[in-house]
Amino acid sequence: MVKLIGALLASALAAGCACGPVSPAFFAVLPAPDGHIGAIVVERGFQHRVIHTAYGSERLGEDGALQGGEVSQAEVQARFGTTLQALPAPPATFTLYFLEDSDELTPESKAELDRIFAEIKRRPLPDIVVIGHTDTVGTNEYNDRLSLARAERMREMLVELGIPPERVQARGRGERELLVPTDDEVREPRNRRVEINVR
Amino acid sequence: MRNTWMTVAFAAAAAIPAFGSDVGTVKVSNGSVAIERAGARVAAPVGTELRTSDVIVTGADGSAGITFSDNSLVSVGPDSRFAIDKYAFDTTTYAGEFQGTLSKGRLAAVSGKMVKQSPESMKIRTPSAIMGVRGTEFVVQVDEPAPARP
Repeated sequence: MVKLIGALLASALAAGCACGPVSPAFFAVLPAPDGHIGAIVVERGFQHRVIHTAYGSERLGEDGALQGGEVSQAEVQARFGTTLQALPAPPATFTLYFLEDSDELTPESKAELDRIFAEIKRRPLPDIVVIGHTDTVGTNEYNDRLSLARAERMREMLVELGIPPERVQARGRGERELLVPTDDEVREPRNRRVEINVR
Repeated sequence: MRNTWMTVAFAAAAAIPAFGSDVGTVKVSNGSVAIERAGARVAAPVGTELRTSDVIVTGADGSAGITFSDNSLVSVGPDSRFAIDKYAFDTTTYAGEFQGTLSKGRLAAVSGKMVKQSPESMKIRTPSAIMGVRGTEFVVQVDEPAPARP
């Protein structure tokens, strides 16, 4: 009995599984734009492989066996060039700062607007969420209104730029998400901001 | 206390859209790109909202890029077929599950917040293997099986 199970196991291992013709496949890890190297796990029947190096790969052959290796950048380009080119731009977040108790941007942030708008306009169909924040001066209710006013103001600017209104949402977070943690009633320019999340 | 409740209320409100029917948006669409949904096949230009169990199908000249709600990016190359079998993402906890099947063709992907929160919550199946994603950027290709030998 033990022998029989052993024999069954061995044949199952060799075949990976008993499920008809094998569709050959290829898997590889690429370095992310920020240089980060991730990992993927490839499983076929009892075979279990982890790829955790840049350009590390596994090939699943017609015989159902996985074979590890490394793929060249040239081969990645040849096989996946068109596919990689179709990857959407990664989501980005921009932060702009406001004058105290106002929905008016600081001069420094005003100077950055063109660069940020140009970056947003490069995307064919941006989905934008603008989140307004305040420092801890004033009541929660007041800061909820101020943060939303900041976000709405930025939303108007984006719509003026030509972004369809339905693609931009504005939200206020009041003083709940401080960039720089402070006590209550503390003036802190870095907390008076909007985050523009673009996808 | 009041603050706490307001935060909870906000978090709950923010989480709702994640459980809506749209899980991702077609951001790039080149050549022949279609989705199969409920038995019908329709063209999928830029802006098409995708739902669970949609299948993205590209022709010989086609390629498409999708941004999912957890910021995962997936592109499919020419002559490909990719099904979104399961997709859920909670914008508050970042917990979620993403299962897709590449039955033929090529796919490139950059994992998102879900995988960062819990590795291998994203899985890509091929006809003969399963891949779990721990991060970040990867490619997959599936070829037709060899014809049965006489």
